[in-house]
Amino acid sequence: MAFNYDEYLRTNKMPTLWCWGCGDGVILKAFVRAIDKLGIKKDDLCVVSGIGCSGRFGSYIDANTVHTTHGRTIAFATGIKLANPDKTVVCVAGDGDALAIGGNHTIHGCRRNIDLTLILINNFIYGLTNSQTSPTTPQGFWTVSQKVGNIDPTFNGCALAEAAGASFVAREKVTEPKKLEKVIREAIAHKGFSFVEALSNCHINLGRKNKMANAMENLDWIDSITMPKKKWEALPDEEKENYLPTGILKQDTEAREYCDSYKMVQDAHQGKRGKITQDDFKKKI
Amino acid sequence: MSEVREVISSGNDLAARAAVDAGCKFFAGYPLTPSSEVMHTVSDLLPAIGGTAIQMEDEIAGVAAAIGAGMSGVRSLTATSGPGMSLKAENLGLAQMAEVPVVVVNVMRGGPSTGLPTRVAQGDVAQAKNPSHGDYKSITLCAGTLAECYTETVRAFNLADRFMQPVIVLLDETLGHMHGKAMLPTVEDVKAGIVPRKTFDGPAEEYKPYGVAQDEPAVLNPMFTGYRYNFTGLHHDADGFPTEEIETCRKLIDRLFAKVDEHKDEIELNEEYMLDDADILIIGYGSASLAIKEAVNELRAAGIKAGLFRPITLWPSPEERLYELGQKFDKVLSVELNQGQYLEEIQRCMGRRDIQKLVKTNGRPFSPSDIIEKVKEVF
Repeated sequence: MAFNYDEYLRTNKMPTLWCWGCGDGVILKAFVRAIDKLGIKKDDLCVVSGIGCSGRFGSYIDANTVHTTHGRTIAFATGIKLANPDKTVVCVAGDGDALAIGGNHTIHGCRRNIDLTLILINNFIYGLTNSQTSPTTPQGFWTVSQKVGNIDPTFNGCALAEAAGASFVAREKVTEPKKLEKVIREAIAHKGFSFVEALSNCHINLGRKNKMANAMENLDWIDSITMPKKKWEALPDEEKENYLPTGILKQDTEAREYCDSYKMVQDAHQGKRGKITQDDFKKKI
Repeated sequence: MSEVREVISSGNDLAARAAVDAGCKFFAGYPLTPSSEVMHTVSDLLPAIGGTAIQMEDEIAGVAAAIGAGMSGVRSLTATSGPGMSLKAENLGLAQMAEVPVVVVNVMRGGPSTGLPTRVAQGDVAQAKNPSHGDYKSITLCAGTLAECYTETVRAFNLADRFMQPVIVLLDETLGHMHGKAMLPTVEDVKAGIVPRKTFDGPAEEYKPYGVAQDEPAVLNPMFTGYRYNFTGLHHDADGFPTEEIETCRKLIDRLFAKVDEHKDEIELNEEYMLDDADILIIGYGSASLAIKEAVNELRAAGIKAGLFRPITLWPSPEERLYELGQKFDKVLSVELNQGQYLEEIQRCMGRRDIQKLVKTNGRPFSPSDIIEKVKEVF
């Protein structure tokens, strides 16, 4: 029997505002299948988003959904999670949202290793506001704010997340919906901060002036700049920077999760344990 | 009369204790002089009762996490000073629009910008009326005594849940760092006075969180209780879903005003000191009123009949009472630790422009002699 997406969606609020052929719908469906497979109840799920095309992601899902301000997704989600540590809280943000205006919250969410999943939808452009440069726009691409070609160096979100302390880091793309579902599922199941970069197309606002004005051209381009992690690792070093590895890039199941750490604080204040010392942590500096 | 208890503490500490006694379970903030002691106290008290206090990466994250917790249904607090208020402004706008209760304690210091971090001012009074862009109606309370650092914070939590919006409690450096005796209501009385937010307990398919009477706040059930709905800062319909439908948009913003304007009697609170037989009306609030009261006593000892009108709720302002007082008194003096931010509101409410003003913006508190001299000079 075909999978019943309607069970998890607010179908009365559809069609979505996303453009025809947008990859965000593929991510939405992958997310819904992941939630279903994990057996998470809709009542126990909160989806938090920011501003941009990705900001509308949550509102189509029949769960507790929060559409916040630009870039602050993780900060709002941190409050929701800490106040409700037994619930599943998922953040959805765009490349501008999570890596530009909200970069600080991304870094510190990763650092705390709080049990949130961030699905960072990277379409390499500010789509909703019509083609301004984002932190992931490749150099030399046309953008409406840099019409002679973008000069800004790009941000590698996954590398940032790894360095900042996220205990689960993965990258997938909308051309691989099953793999995308799998990494989202594993990300949500993982206890700790899970960073999933989902590469998506924006043939309308990235593609139209960069020679990939239809969805298939934009998707082909995404395929041309990505390869599975194992294949990528075998590349000579000088070629590595021209491709983005996909798959699970980091998974540390030992790292202490922040809500668990905060339980130590509560226990210490309630006399259930002594003060917290360096001996409670593996990492000393 | 209700029982009282004597406590020796500071204003910041009392605000923090009030929050916990009023049922606050969550704090998120960022260190900022002269407010940090609020965070220090809740960081001890909240985990001890199973609550949470977290120091976030910046001021924006502090208010965002606090609003997030408020969205999920718990009473939630953040504390800061002027520079932090400026940073929190946008997210406070979201809390106004999505109707999320949260209490913000702003311990005012000299500004603008970094200003005078360790010195007193009342320069954030105008900001407190409209910290964020857009149209909405703020509720701002202003403590004038050590005891009120406690009681106004308690009141703020109850008003936030009643009107489903942020409530700002203004303290200032003088009160925040003042250490002394305060007579407080008992914790039992505070707990008995808690009015939790309204909830809907009918069938989920009939639940319309924003589909309420035109003078009432949204009815937002706690998250994870079977009533799944959407929060957004966009104009939204009865379900909380974004819309641009003309009538829905108009009614939403009208309602954000009406829910406060139509129920001002539940919010307004003033103190009138030696006003009945007075010839001279002095208007002031916050820590400045401590010096004003002393000045009133000394002026009266010298045969000059002065009295004090002190708004404790600054926003919405006591429009009608100020109008009446403006009709009754010829001689009116406004005293503020800013360049006259509330004076503009007093002028508007009284419909008069002949109000004398005493202002100070050098980071120092008023002394009673400043006020006595001014009264003798202008009247």
